[in-house]
Amino acid sequence: MRTRGRLWKTAVGVVLTGIMLFPLYWMINVSLTQPNELRKDPPNLFPFNPTFDGYSRVISEQLPYLGTSLVVGLGTVILTVAISAPAAFAIAKLRPWGGTTLNFVLLIAQMIPGIIMAMGFYLIFFNWGILDTIPGLILADSTLAVPFGVLIFVAFMSGIPNELIAAAKIDGAGAWRTFRSIVLPVSRNSIVTVSLFAFLWSWSDFLFASTLNRSGAFQPITIGIYRYIGNNTQDWNAIMATAVVASIPAAVLLVLAQRYVAAGVTAGAVKD
Amino acid sequence: MTATQITSESAARVTKDGAASLVAPSRRRAPKPRWRERLVASAFVAPVVIYLAVFYAYPLFRNLDLSFRDYTLRSFIDGNAPFVWFDNYAQVLADSTFAPALINTAVFTFVSIIFQFSIGLLLAVFFYRHFPLSATLRALFLVPWLLPLLVSASVWAWMLNSESGIVNAALETIGLGQVNWLTSPQWSMVSVLLANIWIGIPFNLVILYSGLQNIPGEVYEAASLDGANGWQTFWRITFPLLRPVSAITILLGLVYTLKVFDIIWIMTRGAPGNSSTTFAIWSYRLGFGGGSPELSPAAAVGNLLIILAFVFGLLYIRSQRKLVES
Repeated sequence: MRTRGRLWKTAVGVVLTGIMLFPLYWMINVSLTQPNELRKDPPNLFPFNPTFDGYSRVISEQLPYLGTSLVVGLGTVILTVAISAPAAFAIAKLRPWGGTTLNFVLLIAQMIPGIIMAMGFYLIFFNWGILDTIPGLILADSTLAVPFGVLIFVAFMSGIPNELIAAAKIDGAGAWRTFRSIVLPVSRNSIVTVSLFAFLWSWSDFLFASTLNRSGAFQPITIGIYRYIGNNTQDWNAIMATAVVASIPAAVLLVLAQRYVAAGVTAGAVKD
Repeated sequence: MTATQITSESAARVTKDGAASLVAPSRRRAPKPRWRERLVASAFVAPVVIYLAVFYAYPLFRNLDLSFRDYTLRSFIDGNAPFVWFDNYAQVLADSTFAPALINTAVFTFVSIIFQFSIGLLLAVFFYRHFPLSATLRALFLVPWLLPLLVSASVWAWMLNSESGIVNAALETIGLGQVNWLTSPQWSMVSVLLANIWIGIPFNLVILYSGLQNIPGEVYEAASLDGANGWQTFWRITFPLLRPVSAITILLGLVYTLKVFDIIWIMTRGAPGNSSTTFAIWSYRLGFGGGSPELSPAAAVGNLLIILAFVFGLLYIRSQRKLVES
């Protein structure tokens, strides 16, 4: 009786998940559909006669865009961790001047709409000559993740036992040494969480990419897809193939780092 | 690196930045260790403070300045933009787009939140019961949230396509007529709402699920001893005990939904007419939407949006404080 009740719930759960993930299934389905069957009414529910033309076009046309996104994503991760981890260590353990105020400012910073940042960046980057460049986009994208990074690191590093840090001090380690040799290794999980989100956000960013790097020599994949939609409204299988490929990082990261994702969402939202 | 090196380095950095007026280390013969520790701590914080000043405060200031000037294409070349006080704001408030944008922003935000939250809560309660595969299925629910918004928006745009979309095909098979989801004024808002609600459900699910985990099991045991049924347990126990987490979820949702840009821009660009134009879309269209960029009015619209976001932000912080106190 109990087992039957639980299996019934599993069935409902599978159905709900199926409904939720249907758009993703549809994206894959369309990406494999023959171009002449795209306009069929009703559409094929399953790619009976799959074609990989869409994917071969992605590889021939979109590879540079994917490369740019990878570079921008990794750059954003490095910048975000490098700036936020030391600050968080200080806020959590060393009590600097204005630590509480800083926490408050970071909380507010997360609420600023991206379009407003984009406008300011546009003028500043124009003056600095880094409009339409990869470093410019990395700087802009890092603003999505830095406040979040500090808050996550603070939440995590506050949990490191004070004895551990006191012991390092007794052994003669300075603050920097303590941070590098004790705090950073212990904080591995939170580094994974912050890196994961920094990467995904910069990979997904369209607003900064379209305002600050629309006509640069190297553009990210979001611009690649956007161009595709604009130019090839007929080739939806190629557009969806690009979308599938652009989603791969999210899918891979979710499989590899499930628990970090959940930890990141909840810690970022509920703790201050 | 020794501690003294760090101290002198940080002192240089802090004074250069002018962030704090400090007593120069040489004035005191033997600085108290506590004071020195705080200086070291500030050295660790300094990069983030400088970062915030250069990459948050300065762009915001430039944006504010921009909204008070008449910035044209010429201004990019000769750098001159006359100061016009509130002209841009007056222009924006008198614009025929203002009223629809305000209404659309409100409708988009509130309808999104109501559905995201209630569906997220139902799912959180459902997945909280342990059954085979529950953890795996819950993890799969996160995928839509992690996808690039541009990807999700493109998929929805194709699913809602009038002639070849799966949604209209499904409506036909159950005997309902076609709907011009993206191209008719009365349905465009519904379309972008559908996509946005879908994207927001995972986030609500995760936060509310973690809230459920923090409710002690004894409360439920006591309730079942008292003979409460499932519905009573939910309304009398789960829902009230979840209130602090719910408040945060909703307020975060408000702040994030106000910012939504990608989904609407990809699916409808705010069209037809202004039927799905929100402040974020309006601002982008003025500034970067093609043709001649009207950066100053765009900045004014953006600043109106920031006022809205700020009000919600204050509410959020107040609720955080209440949560910490309770």
